[in-house]
Amino acid sequence: MRTDPYRLTVNGRPVEVIDGHAGESLLFVLRERLGLPGSKNACEEGECGSCSVLLDGDLVCSCLVLAAAAADRDVATVEGLSDAGGEVGPLAYVQRAFVEAGAVQCGFCTPGLLMAVDALLCEEPDPDDLTVREAISGNLCRCTGYGRILEAVDRAAAMRREACS
Amino acid sequence: MTIALTLDDACAALAADPTATVLAGGTDLMVQVNRGDHSIGNVVAIDRVPELRGWTREGDVLRIGAGMTYADMADPGFGALAPALGQAARTVGSPQIRATGTIGGNLATASPAGDMLPVLVALDAVVELRSSDGERHLPLDEFVVGVKANALSAGELIVAVRVPVLHGPQEFMKVGPRNAMVISVASLALVVDPFGRTVRVGLGSVAPVPLRATEAEVMIGGRIDWEGGRPPTAGDVDRFGQLVADAARPIDDHRGTAAYRRHVVGVMARRALVRAFGMVGEEAA
Ligand SMILES: Cc1cc2nc3c(=O)[nH]c(=O)nc-3n(C[C@H](O)[C@H](O)[C@H](O)COP(=O)(O)OP(=O)(O)OC[C@H]3O[C@@H](n4cnc5c(N)ncnc54)[C@H](O)[C@@H]3O)c2cc1C
Ligand code: FES
Ligand code: FES
Repeated sequence: MRTDPYRLTVNGRPVEVIDGHAGESLLFVLRERLGLPGSKNACEEGECGSCSVLLDGDLVCSCLVLAAAAADRDVATVEGLSDAGGEVGPLAYVQRAFVEAGAVQCGFCTPGLLMAVDALLCEEPDPDDLTVREAISGNLCRCTGYGRILEAVDRAAAMRREACS
Repeated sequence: MTIALTLDDACAALAADPTATVLAGGTDLMVQVNRGDHSIGNVVAIDRVPELRGWTREGDVLRIGAGMTYADMADPGFGALAPALGQAARTVGSPQIRATGTIGGNLATASPAGDMLPVLVALDAVVELRSSDGERHLPLDEFVVGVKANALSAGELIVAVRVPVLHGPQEFMKVGPRNAMVISVASLALVVDPFGRTVRVGLGSVAPVPLRATEAEVMIGGRIDWEGGRPPTAGDVDRFGQLVADAARPIDDHRGTAAYRRHVVGVMARRALVRAFGMVGEEAA
């Protein structure tokens, strides 16, 4: 069954989805219809967090959002983190922190983690270790063992505080 | 696709097509849709209905909107009125799941592992349902009728769930393979009603439906010195744990064995009781 056309705002840009199917997730629409493959598809059951995006400011698994039910909402994806809008260009502070800390191995978990960490630091600029672990508990990484990721979060927090002070 | 903006919108859309799928947070439904186990026809999305969000207190009754998310339940004001629900909400899934998953969805899914259910059964919760035909109220044990089976009629919506505000301690505990993102292998809620002089225990994941441990409740209620405030003794605590374990009707499955589940609810019962009363009392001479 096809859906009626609906609008989304993605990374501040209004878009229209005209050829949607009834049961498709926001993750599918972002990747396959809107050309934004940054959000990753691994489990499609909410377990891994690699598809994490902000929906009206809340961190959610885009694989569990029925796309047509998100009509007229604001979606922020990893492509919107830096001003370069997905093109190769200057990286956002969280992205730089992940690169500098060596927190990326295969990279599959990285986009979801970047969104989770950015959301955390916007809410809580100086989080303690427990808060960080809780905030990324919905994002699985099978490569790094999380040590470098935790280091990247510290680094990102410091960079962000410096930029804001 | 109907994106309901009011409760009347939602009821009207369901009256027009009682077979339509209700969508709240999507954290149960979309897993099935993605797997191809549930094909989507007409959908009524209820996540923008303000009447379903939030909670109100009327006297000593707390009315919780079906659309209240686990993140909403982290509000300390809410946790003060229903501590065990607040604790249980904190254990659900991950921040992403808590941002969208709702108490109404947990009720409608009626999974034996649903973490709201042992708390709601311990609190003698009442589920408010509405359809274009009117409203009805069902006690929790008449609403959850089997494994993933509920008493909803076609076209009916869960609007809210009512629980009493009790003025005693409450505990929620669950056991699973790790700390985050865990489906309960067994769970337990213990609530104390100092005015009604009862200790009530709800069990999850140890039967097709959430259970009460009635014998254990009666035993401990009679052993506590409600006037003098003397907490239960070590002997009472052990006996209580045993009776709670006896109340479980667990099965072996891929998450755990029946024997483990029975053992662990006994352990949780003892711990919850001691935590609730802060200490273990002296054995009476
Ligand atoms: C990764 C992951 C981890 C999870 N962890 C936990 C956990 O730790 N503990 C736990 O208990 N659960 C857990 N869940 C399950 C799920 O998040 C909860 O059951 C949640 O409460 C479902 O609510 P929802 O709003 O997302 O429901 P939806 O998926 O929107 O709906 C579920 C069902 O309920 C129906 N429904 C929803 N609202 C209403 C209503 N108001 N009236 C009538 N019918 C309605 C829908 O039609 C559908 O059939 C987890 C799920 C995932 C994906
Ligand atoms: S793909 Fe969405 S959580 Fe794994
Ligand atoms: S870097 Fe490979 S999953 Fe995290």
